[in-house]
Amino acid sequence: MSVIDVERACVEFDGDHVLENIDLRIEAGEFVALLGPNGSGKSTLVRAILGLQPLEHGRVRLFDEPLGRFSEWSRIALVPQRLPGTNSIPVSVWETVISGRITPRSRFRRVGRDAKATAQLALTEVGLWPRRHDRLDTLSGGQQRRVLIARALATSADLLVLDEPTAGIDAENLTHLVHLLGELHKHGVTVLVVTHELTDIEHLVTRAIVLGEDRTGTIRYDGPPPVPASFADAVHHHDDHPRDQSAAPTGLSPR
Amino acid sequence: MNLFAYDFMQRALIAAVLVGLIAPLIGVFLVQRRLSLLGDGMGHVALTGVGLAFLLGTAPVPTAMLTAVIGAFLIEFIRYRSRTAGDVALALLFYGGIAGGVLFASLAPGKAASSLNAYLFGSLTTVAGADLVALVALCVAVLIVLAIFGRELFAVSLDTEIAQVQGIKVRAMSTLMAVLAAVVVVVGMRVVGLLLVSAIMIVPVAAAQQITRSFISTATLAVALGVFASVAGLTTSFYVEVPPGPTIVLVALGTFAFLALLAVPIRKRRRVLV
Repeated sequence: MSVIDVERACVEFDGDHVLENIDLRIEAGEFVALLGPNGSGKSTLVRAILGLQPLEHGRVRLFDEPLGRFSEWSRIALVPQRLPGTNSIPVSVWETVISGRITPRSRFRRVGRDAKATAQLALTEVGLWPRRHDRLDTLSGGQQRRVLIARALATSADLLVLDEPTAGIDAENLTHLVHLLGELHKHGVTVLVVTHELTDIEHLVTRAIVLGEDRTGTIRYDGPPPVPASFADAVHHHDDHPRDQSAAPTGLSPR
Repeated sequence: MNLFAYDFMQRALIAAVLVGLIAPLIGVFLVQRRLSLLGDGMGHVALTGVGLAFLLGTAPVPTAMLTAVIGAFLIEFIRYRSRTAGDVALALLFYGGIAGGVLFASLAPGKAASSLNAYLFGSLTTVAGADLVALVALCVAVLIVLAIFGRELFAVSLDTEIAQVQGIKVRAMSTLMAVLAAVVVVVGMRVVGLLLVSAIMIVPVAAAQQITRSFISTATLAVALGVFASVAGLTTSFYVEVPPGPTIVLVALGTFAFLALLAVPIRKRRRVLV
């Protein structure tokens, strides 16, 4: 079964093509890394897949349903790169994590014991259960990112989409996070990671997709990792991420 | 002089408790989404409704309710369908609402224009028995809507994109929030007044968040402060013989100042404990 099926997807911003004729099919159980330099359209592609960015042309299907008719949103969890930054009321760590369980289907139900237990487990997994009563904005950037990951884990989704999940996380927690993603993948969760940095998760990744660095976002490489040197160079060409220097393995044939 | 001895004061007190209860419950979502001035916009639009009621000879509460709800849909339409930013959309409502209200009231026969003051700053004597029934019904409706959609409103106010990925209809929830703000404005216009009713949505929330650590504790404390400010302000206005709107808002601002000062040692203590 395909989890994500994108066909000839085009996205324009004020007449500029950001994505051009993207064809992409991700099957259940894959662990996909979406790579590319800044401005290559990685985040736009993910936003288009999730219906957050309208397509100029083309179509998207999620779990074999057209995006417009798709309703099983509880099967998908998104970990954004950062908090939206518009909140002004204190929100606790626990409230943030449990908010991952809110869907229109939960409208007339109380938050059950199972949901709370899952959220507790997720928060424990990222090592922040003792901080559950704290205000989210009092945590460090790396801790906040771990809370967002816990929120996604608390949903028990079949598809996990993570935007730069390893950025800003210290070495100890990074090891734990990578292990956690590996465990989820082992249990059948499909993972799509948008990242500049393949090194930390390369052993988990079953497929790497590199978007082009030219103005029009196109797929330059689609295959197993490691990314061939020529494409790895393209990934890091405009990269300002401090940990990217260590990447660029060589290897398999391009798409 | 016992304020409970007067029927009009009993009605005004009940209305004050109602507005103190539901206004911060809506305000907490508005503050979270940085839409604190939305209630002001709704107040100005409701003023057009009051002016229209004077002109047509209809009851002010339902007419103001209708225009405020239309205004709520309009502002969401302007924000989504045009390239107009949220604050500009609000400004358009402000100008149109107050201009329409004053114009219709001026065209109305009798002393309608001078009666407008009671709606702008609140009045102890304007809460009629029939109004009170309508206000209670509106408050119950708001509480039911919050019980059903409150968690989705929270998710939208936390992060609109994540909420959308969770399958929540973000536009529908934003419109619902604006409509709820419109209802609160109409509930509060008799006692607090249309120009100040937004303050009772926002100030208790701003005061509560000085010392709270979660959304739910902020909402709970804001409701307590809202009811306190409404009742204390109304009682003061009865004895001092001034319009209740300004006294209610000044009491609310007093709680804000008190909690802002209290927050300094509380935050220091929490830092030490962490």
